Parts: sequence; structure tokens; C-alpha cells
Amino acid sequence: MSNTDRPGGYMPRDRDWQPAGLTPAYKTTIKRSPQAALLSFPSTLSEETSPVFGHGLIGALDNDLIHNFAQSGESAIGPRIIVHGRVLDETGRGVPGALIEVWQANAGGRYRHKKESYLAPLDPNFGGCGRTITGEDGSYEFRTIQPGPYPWPNGMNDWRPAHIHFSICGHGFAQRLITQMYFEGDPHIRLCPIVNSLSDPAAVEALTAPLDMHRTVPMDSRAYKFDIVLRGRRQTYFENRAEGM
Amino acid sequence: MPQSLAYLKETPSQTAGPYVHIGCTSNFSGIDIYGGDLGTAMKTGPVKGEEIVLRGTVYDGTGTPLRDAMIEIWQPDAAGLFASANETRGQADPNFTGWGRSPGDMNTGEFVFETVKPGAVPWPGGGLQAPHISVWVVARGINIGLQTRAYFEDEAEANAKDPILTRIEHQNRVPTLLAKKEGAGSYRFDIHLQGPHETIFFDI
Ligand SMILES: [Fe+3]
Repeated sequence: MSNTDRPGGYMPRDRDWQPAGLTPAYKTTIKRSPQAALLSFPSTLSEETSPVFGHGLIGALDNDLIHNFAQSGESAIGPRIIVHGRVLDETGRGVPGALIEVWQANAGGRYRHKKESYLAPLDPNFGGCGRTITGEDGSYEFRTIQPGPYPWPNGMNDWRPAHIHFSICGHGFAQRLITQMYFEGDPHIRLCPIVNSLSDPAAVEALTAPLDMHRTVPMDSRAYKFDIVLRGRRQTYFENRAEGM
Repeated sequence: MPQSLAYLKETPSQTAGPYVHIGCTSNFSGIDIYGGDLGTAMKTGPVKGEEIVLRGTVYDGTGTPLRDAMIEIWQPDAAGLFASANETRGQADPNFTGWGRSPGDMNTGEFVFETVKPGAVPWPGGGLQAPHISVWVVARGINIGLQTRAYFEDEAEANAKDPILTRIEHQNRVPTLLAKKEGAGSYRFDIHLQGPHETIFFDI
């Protein structure tokens, strides 16, 4: 089989750019981070394949968090925003058919979860989750309310910046990624031990979505743009070695 | 200055946090807007091959089970074919998705996957890999998802020739990658994030 038929393996993860497992200021990592070195080897079919999620999976309101949990005729409370962007790979190609799942706190910073004890109130019309599948060019969008910051038990007075959690399934199990999107201008970003698991300030910027006035809907919703980059595969045009070596 | 290499940087990972179940297993969290959770049923009809149950628990460095983790598995069918758009070798079993996702049991954290024993998959350099299931673990306190593999204790012959298992320097750690047979068609694959039995995790 020629390499034009079969792209090469996944490019290795940049582990200096990605967070380390152990970041002691985020205390839970201390007993949950592996201590031995990771075992490195090239990707195989097990990592270069992934389940396919068809667009038929997605219901009409799945990407509308303002309405997907709300009573008929009602909507979630808070600043209305659109979050949009593209899922790309490291070579810059759009990733179509990627499953994006999001979850977040409500406008007061409260999650709809049994174990959540923050005193901010639940919004009866806000579930806090949504999902979508990227289009042919890797683009996606969803509508939601801007989540509030919230306190969390770590240091004596730690607050999370406003954020939306993202889970992305691409074309290979090696691309599997969970991350968080932050909002431009939030002063909590630089104070957060979870954000600071990233050592490179450029990595924090890569998670910080700018306000996108071009995509706002006047008198309705503001917009934030958040592009996501998944791992890319090596291109091996020249076939002069044993496959996969 | 030379031209810039125009590659993009992978989006940095952040922890899945304590509420990953809201987003990825919403129904389990009591938020039923999708009519069920993805990845709960790997079999959508009669499947080929040996049906098995794979169960296990994720433990932290103190031996405490994680109850806020999410575990995903990905594997080929009994013939070694993946139900993936990238599978070019043939048609995988149409009644088997190969993909499972579990939030673990609400009280114990134990995950259970009803699946099939996977077939062998080629190694890029030639030959076959021993049958295995790819496993991915995320949770609060895990900054970037952990990848590992469940091989099978009762596949000793294939394991002895596997190109990855044989190249592990610390061979005394290989058992951390072996699912233990607990009875007919039942395997246990516990995952230890730390400690003397720390599971081998991969950077693939
Ligand atoms: Fe959060």
C-alpha cells in the first residue's frame, strides 16, 4: 500500500506544551498523577481509528443550551452568547464529523449536579450541557448563556474563571481531548491553579476565546470564537521505508 | 529568519473536572435531554465472536476508588476490524460499535463494559499485536487524559510476541496491562494511577 493511500502516524504530543500530570498547586493532581514515565510508541490502527458519530445523532436543540432544558416558552437566565469556531488538525485541515460535547455552570456559577454545594441558585431552565458535530470544514457553533465564576475547594480562596468544558472526539482515538474554554479579559484566568497547570502563557492564550463582534446577533447575543486543534498525522509522500517505520 | 513552520499547536488539555458526567453522560447525571447516553451499548444486535464483560475500578495513589472519572474504551471486533471511517481492510461487524463510555458506578466507581473479545490488529512494522482494548481515563485531578491498554492474561502466546509488551523495560510492570480472568467471559482490569501497582500509561 502506498503512503498516499495511508497517511503516517500521529505526530507526537508536545508534552512541554500540554500540562504535566503533577501540578501541586492543583492539589488533586498529587495523588492522581502517574509517577512513572509514560511509555512512548508510534500510533497504530488502535489509535488511528475512532468511532463515527453521524449528524443524525444530534437533536434540533442539542446545541442550544438556552433552550434544550428549558420549559416550553422559557429560556435560561444570563448573558446570551454564541460560541463558534473550527476544529482543525495540526496541519491546518478542518476536521469534519467531530463530536463536540460541552458542559458548564449556569450564570451564577452553579452546576446542575448532586455533589455541587455552591450556594448560588440553580436555574430551573438550564441543564448545562450541549453537543454538536462539526461540518465539512470543521466548523461548529452553539448557543448558551455566559457561565459565572465559582469557588472551589483547593486553596482557601480559589475561584475558577468563567469557563466552558469541551470534549472532542475526532478521527483517531489518539486525538481524544478534553479541555476548557476561557473568556477574554477574565481576571481570574491568571489566578487559577488549573489554568496554571499550563507553563507556557501562549497555551493559556490558546484556551482564551476572544469576543467576536462580527458574529454577534444585534439585540440578541454576543459571540466568542474558539478554534480547537487536534493532533495531526504525518504526511509520508515518499515511500522508501518499510511501512510505519 | 527562515520561513515559519506553519503547523498549529494542539489545543492544550485541561482537567475534565468533577462534573464531566454532566457533559458526557448527561442521562446518568439526571439531565435527560438526549434520550440516553452515548457509549452505553457496544452491541446493537447479535455479534460475532466471544462476548465478554470487562470491569474494573480506577484507584488513586492512596488506594481510594475514583467515583468522578469517565472511562472510554475503543477496540476492534472479534475479527480485528474497527467500526471506523479509517478502517480500510474490510467491513467490521455491523452490530458492534467498538466504543464504550462509562461514568462508573455512582457508589463504587466500578466501570462495566459488555463487549466482545477483540481480534488481533496489525503492527505497523509487520506482524500482529496481541488482542487489546484501548482505554482512556479522565477525571478531576487528571490534567490530560490517560491512555492505556487492556491486554488479556489468557492470551499468553500472543502477549509473548507482542511488539509493545515485549519492549517494556520493566517487565515486572507488564501485569498492570493484563485483564485478569474472573470467570467464563468475565475480565477485571483495575487501573492504578499511582503506587506500587501503578498502571503503565502510554504516550502514543
Ligand atoms: Fe467547571
